[in-house]
Amino acid sequence: MRPFDYVRPSGMPEATREASRAGSAFIAGGTNLLDLMKLEVMAPDRLVDINRLDMGECSATPAGGLRIGALVTNSDLAADEHVRRDYPLLSRALLAGASGQLRNKATTGGNLLQRTRCYYFYDTSAPCNKREPGSGCSAIGGATRLHAILGASEHCIATHPSDMAVAMQALDAAVEIENVEGQTRSVPLSDFYRLPGDTPQVETVLGSGDLITAVVLPAPVKGSQIYRKVRDRASYAFALVSVAAVVGVEDGTIGSVALAFGGVAPRPWRDHEAERILAGERPSDELFARFADEILREARGQGGNDFKIPLLRRTLIATLQSATDESR
Amino acid sequence: MHTQLTINGENHDLEADERTTLLDALRQHLRLTGTKKGCDHGQCGACTVIVNGRRINSCLTLACMHDGDEIVTIEGIGTATDLSVLQQAFLSADGFQCGYCTPGQICSATAMLEEVKAGWPSHVSDRLDGAPELSDEEIGERMSGNLCRCACYPNIVAAIRAAAGSAA
Ligand SMILES: Cc1cc2nc3c(=O)[nH]c(=O)nc-3n(C[C@H](O)[C@H](O)[C@H](O)COP(=O)(O)OP(=O)(O)OC[C@H]3O[C@@H](n4cnc5c(N)ncnc54)[C@H](O)[C@@H]3O)c2cc1C
Ligand code: SF4
Ligand code: FES
Ligand code: FES
Repeated sequence: MRPFDYVRPSGMPEATREASRAGSAFIAGGTNLLDLMKLEVMAPDRLVDINRLDMGECSATPAGGLRIGALVTNSDLAADEHVRRDYPLLSRALLAGASGQLRNKATTGGNLLQRTRCYYFYDTSAPCNKREPGSGCSAIGGATRLHAILGASEHCIATHPSDMAVAMQALDAAVEIENVEGQTRSVPLSDFYRLPGDTPQVETVLGSGDLITAVVLPAPVKGSQIYRKVRDRASYAFALVSVAAVVGVEDGTIGSVALAFGGVAPRPWRDHEAERILAGERPSDELFARFADEILREARGQGGNDFKIPLLRRTLIATLQSATDESR
Repeated sequence: MHTQLTINGENHDLEADERTTLLDALRQHLRLTGTKKGCDHGQCGACTVIVNGRRINSCLTLACMHDGDEIVTIEGIGTATDLSVLQQAFLSADGFQCGYCTPGQICSATAMLEEVKAGWPSHVSDRLDGAPELSDEEIGERMSGNLCRCACYPNIVAAIRAAAGSAA
């Protein structure tokens, strides 16, 4: 690990000010950042430890939703009474990720910002546009089992590895951000991540010094909530494909519907346009197949990940079947 | 950098480089070598310790981030003459072969049983509410962050099942 300065700010203004200095990085749980620092994939000059800031609580919002502090651990969030009752999808996604030990450390903010698990991103001897802009992408033409079938570019085909973020995407979450001037803004999760294009090193809309203070969920919508994760092992493995679904059926037709997909794209994938195919229709396998066609219209395999196209198709159809089961 | 840690009830003043992980602080600086280093990347669980009541991987956290924290390592769970219920259960059920993963398994299981008592669900729980039942499948899932290269899994599960039963 390269040497760094360690600072422990006593409040948000100091934290954002410290972090806005070149070469600085926030550290929360540290479970992703320290892993990458040991390998020198990331080498910040100074670590701004935010663990003692006041961002560790969940609270109900006036709109009937939930505000989740950026430091709420993945364990606490999964076990939170409010989340278990109103957003079971989120509990399920969190519980499907990492291990008991890691979830005790991993935080809400850090989970959103965890970096890709692309093998070449981790291998500092391999060219990688995300790690070293302009050096090339070793994954294209290489091992691509973990890589994207949607939203990739000729410069980077990495996937975002989070389970939590996929659930939050289906729940229409918004990210609350405080900047170095002390102003707070709210960015819908669907606008938070940037697609790689020709700048795969830029992953989100965050600017220098920007601190995630919370994630806000709107009031829960009625319907069944399902998180289905497919992976190489039954536990303690990243998703090859995952589907987060919120589907409400009323009088035999689909009312509210929100679907997000993990393991397949540089960000939790959601296609609001395609969801219109489902809204107002009677659930049927034929309908689900049409929806899958639309989601996968622009899907492209890279060789090692070709299997993800039929796998996502089957997983999403199976998830829709279970979500609408009682009404069929 | 100075860090104050309470380890197994004893106060320790650590003077170490900022880069020192909690795992290296325990093993190299404080000579508490019961905690093991397997992968050093959060993938095996050999380094599991209990910090402020929660099990964590000590390899993926910096010692300086834990100023003022209370840490329990395997040395604080029991001794050769005063074994914890879980330690005795691992012996009785033959829950290890080489023993390298065992301190991590026992620290992890100790805290895991508290999580179950607190009603935390797991990935394999049918329901998110109510008291979780500690089936073998539940034990396997909740302990999946602890790998055993000797593959003693059946006996590890048996040991934890026995310890949980006798504690109840
Ligand atoms: C072996 C292993 C298996 C795993 N399996 C899974 C899995 O199956 N599914 C899954 O989803 N995840 C998995 N993970 C990843 C894990 O979920 C992440 O490491 C964790 O969520 C990161 O959170 P953290 O608080 O530790 O982040 P940190 O490591 O502290 O930070 C990560 C990044 O976020 C930034 N940051 C943190 N907090 C803030 C904030 N409030 N504002 C602005 N920036 C911030 C940091 O600067 C850093 O760049 C696994 C990890 C490991 C090691
Ligand atoms: S896919 Fe992205 S992260 Fe992986 S090697 Fe290519 S540029 Fe780097
Ligand atoms: S040594 Fe920490 S998890 Fe392997
Ligand atoms: S007993 Fe040898 S690694 Fe578990």
